[in-house]
Amino acid sequence: MTTDEKIIAIIADQAMLEPGDIAQDASLADLGIDSLGLVECIFAIEEAFDITVPFNANDPSESDFDISSVGAIIAAVKQLQTDQAK
Amino acid sequence: MPRVVITGAGTINPLGADVPATFEAMREGRCGIGPLDIRDVDRLAIQIGGQIKGYQETDHFNRQQIALYDRFTQFALLAARQAVGQSGLEFHGALADQSGVIFGTSGGGLTTQDENYRAVYEEGKNRVHPFIVPKLMNNAAASHVSMEWNLRGPTFTVATACASSNHAMGQAFSMIRCGMTKVMITGGAESMLCFGGIKAWEGLRVMSRDGCRPFSATRNGMVQGEGAAVFVFEDYDHARARGADILCEVIGFAMTSDASDIVMPSKQGAARAIAGAVRDAGIPKDSVGYINAHGTGTAANDKTECAAVADVFGRHADKLMISSTKSMHGHLIGGTGAVELLACIMALRDGVIAPTIGYEEPDPECALDVVPNVARDAEVDVALSNAFAFGGLNAVLALRKFR
Repeated sequence: MTTDEKIIAIIADQAMLEPGDIAQDASLADLGIDSLGLVECIFAIEEAFDITVPFNANDPSESDFDISSVGAIIAAVKQLQTDQAK
Repeated sequence: MPRVVITGAGTINPLGADVPATFEAMREGRCGIGPLDIRDVDRLAIQIGGQIKGYQETDHFNRQQIALYDRFTQFALLAARQAVGQSGLEFHGALADQSGVIFGTSGGGLTTQDENYRAVYEEGKNRVHPFIVPKLMNNAAASHVSMEWNLRGPTFTVATACASSNHAMGQAFSMIRCGMTKVMITGGAESMLCFGGIKAWEGLRVMSRDGCRPFSATRNGMVQGEGAAVFVFEDYDHARARGADILCEVIGFAMTSDASDIVMPSKQGAARAIAGAVRDAGIPKDSVGYINAHGTGTAANDKTECAAVADVFGRHADKLMISSTKSMHGHLIGGTGAVELLACIMALRDGVIAPTIGYEEPDPECALDVVPNVARDAEVDVALSNAFAFGGLNAVLALRKFR
C-alpha cells in the first residue's frame, strides 16, 4: 500500500466508510469524524508510519499538523516522514 | 434538617504538607508544578506535574504499613491525621458505630499496579508481593482511615474521575443532613504520577508540556498533580455541644449527568449542577461571592465552564470571582475537589481569594473575573466548588461562612 492508501484506509476505518468514498478534499468533519475519532486517527497514523505527529487536542487548528482535509493530512504525513527519517 | 459544618481539615499536596502551608502558597500564588521525577520520565512526552517533592514515606510509616499503603493511601492517612486531630474528635461507642469515611479517588493504587505490571511483564517475574491487591484497590485509603480511627459506620469510595471528591463529600454531607450520622470523614486522594499513569493521559492529547494556565488565551492543556485533602464533616448541634472550632458550613450540593459525550463537557450539564447547588442551599444567586472553578486549562473545559457560570448567574456572573487553583497544584483528578475545597475555606474564613496563576492573556470566551495571578482580599459569604468529570458527571458543593 502507498502512503496515500494507508492514510485513506485509516480515515475510512474511523469514518466507517469504504476507502473509495474518501475524497482528498473532504474534511474529517465532512466524513463524520469527531474529536475523539481525530485523536484515534492521529494515533493510528503514528503507529502505521512510526512517526510523531505534533498535535494538541486543545486546539487542533493551531497545531503544526494540518488536518483541514484528507489531502492536507496526507501531505503533512509525507513531510513528517521526510523530517523524521533517520 | 440538621446543619452540617466542617470541624477539621488536613492535606498534603504539591503546595504544602498541611493546611497552613497550602493557604500560604495559595495566598502567594506559588506554583507547585515542575519537572517530574519518576522512573522512565525520558520516555514521556509530558514531563511536568504537580508532584509532592521531598516526600519520604519512611518519615511517616513503618515497613509493615508501607507494604500495605500505596502512595494515595499514605496521602489520605496523613491528611486524615491532621483533620481528625484538628477536630478533637475521638471515636468510641455509638459515635464510632455511626461515623464513617467517604473518599474520592480515580486511579486508586495506580502506582502499585504500574509497578506490579512492570514486574510481571517487563522483568518477566512469575511471583508478585502478596499485598498487591489490598494495596491497589480503590477503597484502600477509606478502609485504612476507618481502621486507624475506629470509624465503623458507612465507609466507601466514589470513583467518578475528576468529580470523585465532590461526589464523595456530597454524600457525606447528605448523610449528616438526613440525620443518618453525626460525623463523616470525607475528601479524596490521588497519586497517578507514574510512567503508565502519565503515558495513558498523554494518549488523549490534552496535557500541557509547559504549564497549567486556566482561562488564559495562551493555555494549552492540563497538568496532573497528586495529593490528598480530608475533612471532618459534623452535625452542627454535635459540634456546638462540644465547643468545636467551626471552619465553615456546608449548605448545598447538586450532581448531574450530561448524558451526551464521554469526554466533551456540556454547558447545560454544568449549569444544572451549579444552579442545583445554589437551589439546594436555599440562597439567592447573588450571595455567591466566589467559585473555585474546575478550570483545567483545556480549551473545552474553560470555555464551557465560563459559559455555564454566565448562564446561571446572569449579570451577577460579572461581579463574582472565579479562580482555578489547578494552576498552582495541578489537576489531582479524583482528589482535586478535596484540595480545591481548601481554597473555598480560605475565602470564607480568611477573606483571601486564591488566584489563577499563569494568566497571560484574556480569552473573550472566558471573560469573568478569574482573579489573575495575584490573590485578593475580599469578604465572601458563600463559595461554590465546581467539579466536572470525564463521563459527563458534574458535582458542585456550596459552602457558607460560619457565623
